[in-house]
Amino acid sequence: MTPETLKALTEARAAKRPIVVATKLPSGEQLLLPDPAAPAELAAAATKALDRDESGTHVIGNETWFLHAYNPPLRLIIVGAVHIAQALVPMAAHLGLAVIVVDPRRSFATEERFPNVTVSSEWPDDAMDELKPDVRTAVVTLTHDPKLDDPALDRALKSPAFYIGALGSRRTHARRVARLKELGHTDEAIARIKGPVGLDLGAITAPEIAVSILAEFVAARRNGALAPKQPEKQAA
Amino acid sequence: MTANPDSDDILSTAAAWVAQGEQVAIATVTETWGSSPRPAGSQLAVTKSGRMAGSVSGGCIEGAVAEIAMKTIETGTPQLMDFGITDERAWEVGLACGGKLKVFVEKLS
Repeated sequence: MTPETLKALTEARAAKRPIVVATKLPSGEQLLLPDPAAPAELAAAATKALDRDESGTHVIGNETWFLHAYNPPLRLIIVGAVHIAQALVPMAAHLGLAVIVVDPRRSFATEERFPNVTVSSEWPDDAMDELKPDVRTAVVTLTHDPKLDDPALDRALKSPAFYIGALGSRRTHARRVARLKELGHTDEAIARIKGPVGLDLGAITAPEIAVSILAEFVAARRNGALAPKQPEKQAA
Repeated sequence: MTANPDSDDILSTAAAWVAQGEQVAIATVTETWGSSPRPAGSQLAVTKSGRMAGSVSGGCIEGAVAEIAMKTIETGTPQLMDFGITDERAWEVGLACGGKLKVFVEKLS
């Protein structure tokens, strides 16, 4: 890889621009896509590689190309700068996610509690309108407070976010579902919300709950097969 | 976040090594068949001084790939290598999973 290619690639990634490194095999000749000057078939294959987030080898005409797709990091929007968020943030960062914490309550969303994290003190609906969740965004609400969680979930349901989770017991979630219906969301749409959020690991502590949320997130991202959640826990 | 410690971001690690004046080769899985443990796009970065980051298999062929990387650092010539059941050398270096893969090794200059 030439210094010019490495520099352009590094810049694109720092600017969070999706980019593909196309390497002709076996010679190693390289170009970066998208590029208006690139052959149409190669450009189309590169677009597909980014859409699928999948690198691979393609035979195009009589040439073999390896297309390495570099998408910007997946985003995780956490609503509620609460204790569980403090456990969730570093684990999510370790998975390579770009994390944004939203909480208008300034005593929660402090630099001391959330060092090195993008923190928004806007109301969740305003913050979500600015952040514009896309197909590479996950949204998790953790406040338990309908005033904060509901507007975030409303915006999340109107977005193509690939993972939406809401902390709270089954009973809390049932009430939440009723409120979201009043806002005009259908059962089908509301079914996108993982509530209670996370895999049923029997998690108790904040870090354990964070693991259960991220485990479910990974399954959503990778289309992992999960057993359906138990509707009722048996009394011990 | 200001820091994004993406544990899979080998290219950034390799670029940082280049910036430190290291001579670096990067190996990338370009194609897999069967039960290869790492998907296409997985990378291993190797420096002439012996630093390593990332992986192209479950640890089975990293040693052999590192050797090839050293040669690539010397010559500057990229190499496309086959590892797997049809390759006797792959058994020598122990790709016991029965997978088969192609690895492209290039110098970061």
